[in-house]
Amino acid sequence: MNLHEYQGKDLLRAAGIPVPPGEVARTVAEAVAIADRLGYPAVVKAQVLIGGRGKAGGVKVVQGPEELAREAGRILGMEIRGHTVHRVLVTPSAAIEREYYAGIVLDRKTETPVLMASPAGGVDIEEVARTTPEKILRLHLDGRGLPAYRARAAARFLDPRWEIQRALAPVLVRLAAVYRENDASLAEINPLVVTAEKEIWALDAKVVIDDNALDRHPDLAALRDLTAEDPGEVEARDRGLSYVRLDGTIGCVVNGAGLAMATMDLIQYYGGKPANFLDIGGSSNPDKVTAAMKILTRDARVRAVLFNIFGGITRCDDVARGLIAALDRMKVKIPIVIRLTGTNEKEARDLLGARGMTALSDMDAAVRAVIARAAEAA
Amino acid sequence: MSILVGRDSRVLVQGITGRDGSFHARQMKEYGTRVVAGVTPGKGGESIDGIPVFDSVEEAVAKTRANVSVVYVPAALAQDAIYEAIDSEIPLVVCITEGLPVRDMVEVAAYLRGRSTRLIGPNCPGLISPGQCKVGIMPGFIHTPGRIGLVSRSGTLTYEVVWQLTRAGMGQSTCIGIGGDPIVGTRFVDTLALFEADDKTDAIVLIGEIGGSDEEDAAALIERHVSKPVVAFIAGQTAPPGRRMGHAGAIVSGGAGTAQEKMARFERAGVPVAKIPSEIPGLVAAGIAKRGLKRLRVVRGGPRKAAKPAGRMAPAGGKRAAAGRKTTKRKPIKTTRRSRP
Repeated sequence: MNLHEYQGKDLLRAAGIPVPPGEVARTVAEAVAIADRLGYPAVVKAQVLIGGRGKAGGVKVVQGPEELAREAGRILGMEIRGHTVHRVLVTPSAAIEREYYAGIVLDRKTETPVLMASPAGGVDIEEVARTTPEKILRLHLDGRGLPAYRARAAARFLDPRWEIQRALAPVLVRLAAVYRENDASLAEINPLVVTAEKEIWALDAKVVIDDNALDRHPDLAALRDLTAEDPGEVEARDRGLSYVRLDGTIGCVVNGAGLAMATMDLIQYYGGKPANFLDIGGSSNPDKVTAAMKILTRDARVRAVLFNIFGGITRCDDVARGLIAALDRMKVKIPIVIRLTGTNEKEARDLLGARGMTALSDMDAAVRAVIARAAEAA
Repeated sequence: MSILVGRDSRVLVQGITGRDGSFHARQMKEYGTRVVAGVTPGKGGESIDGIPVFDSVEEAVAKTRANVSVVYVPAALAQDAIYEAIDSEIPLVVCITEGLPVRDMVEVAAYLRGRSTRLIGPNCPGLISPGQCKVGIMPGFIHTPGRIGLVSRSGTLTYEVVWQLTRAGMGQSTCIGIGGDPIVGTRFVDTLALFEADDKTDAIVLIGEIGGSDEEDAAALIERHVSKPVVAFIAGQTAPPGRRMGHAGAIVSGGAGTAQEKMARFERAGVPVAKIPSEIPGLVAAGIAKRGLKRLRVVRGGPRKAAKPAGRMAPAGGKRAAAGRKTTKRKPIKTTRRSRP
């Protein structure tokens, strides 16, 4: 789960990392009131769960209330790469002397978190990694977290001045604690800056929480911003489905993540475009199938739906029952192609047959069939 | 022999009184697996389908000599269940449970270093040596005994491929689902080493997916150390970057971990990559034919058996050379339990 910048900054602040004062506004009036309190020049920053805000014009420095009102009005409601801005963070502008990068992610290869620190802050770290990899220091963390002496080594890499190092090192130690204690999969400060007054500030924060750990962090789970997500994806999660919306025309209902990905790939291979990734999971709950059909048919771009079920623990007849229940409860106008193989395949075919439906048993044939039906429906 | 599990496996089910645990304990037993014990704290003394239930893994191992544990406990308790199995020195632990926090697995991975237990999973379907032993949740009937080794990060996609192999007349030595999480106990490279050393495996099918770089590591290992034909398939060619595709580990991040990269890496290693799953059986057959293994397969149980050296770790290359085929010179493989990059 991605956190907004202001939510991430709250976590940093709580851990003792210096974060500039700032508050979130939902309206222009709120934004002006905050800046009047905190002072000018101020920065207005769009709060969206997507990168590239600055380039899209979602971050502006303003000198006074009129300019702030104008910019806040422009940013609130704007679209940034498909995400509507509902909130802005208003914070005082800092006189930046130097910018650094500090971030902690999981290194899947070593199976440990890794601290990445770079004196080339304020830019995309992946770009730094590509062009000047020698400017990134990587420290793998173990069960001890980040001991102070290792933090000092990282701080020496960031800045040659002892008085700056002395202030940077504790920030890194605390960032490691934020990562660990919140079950983060990413905890990043970019930029971490030193100001003209030699103060250290975390000017931005990007924190991603491990979805599998949200059960033990109810306070973090409550931070989820449902307005920032696709409504279909929100509903799918509530129903225990794993769904990602894509931009094609062929809806897919599949059991299992790997098979769901392979089904999308096969649709593309045979010349179609998948409308989604959807894994109904390993269970055989007919309600899940109904929920899946609802989500898919609500998407106007979907011209045909493919069911691709490999019955193992999931029983084909349960999926067939779910589909029949869905068709009883809702009007489905688009064609449905069904592929069933495996456990209770025959029972499923009998159930579907009684409703005048047939099922294919071969995945390739089913994909070709659904592409043809989608083309007819276009 | 197959790899990791076979007729000698004595299986313990952790979480046997739960819905999934009891269901799959029964399914495994029906398949012919020797399910010797179950563990659920507080339920010691009960029995499930004739399988005795114990309060602790330690007690279960002492009383039943279980040498494989399969974990079905809920995600919040899975780390503890894995620790309990490791501390009882069970050589093979298979964690089916999905949804473990990454931090729990970081800790488990650190604890496993230097210990003798091999962990498979979590978030995996388990493994099966067809006709001998099934440890996990896969439908048994799609498998058939044979000489293809299969390893995959997926569940149902594995079933799909197994089913296509079975229908094409290609049985399997062992099929392993290593799991779809960012950190898993056993990776592709570990299983490739085992399949390479297994004289009952002629060819290997590897099913990867987007995210991470385990497929790239596998390709590098194959280049240097694997003499048997390998066929790869990568799921997620159409997955958008930055989005998690169901599996916690299936995510393209920062432009890394794409299907295209992985496919290109396998091709550079000389590993044929199936564009779609239905190409896999044909590519496997071609690989076997090219290396002349088909003949060996046909005569198995006949003259070859008599001539076979006793040690199953004997390098396969020697036998192949004797069969008069062209062999690719490969360095012998390391057979550490957990080969880590």
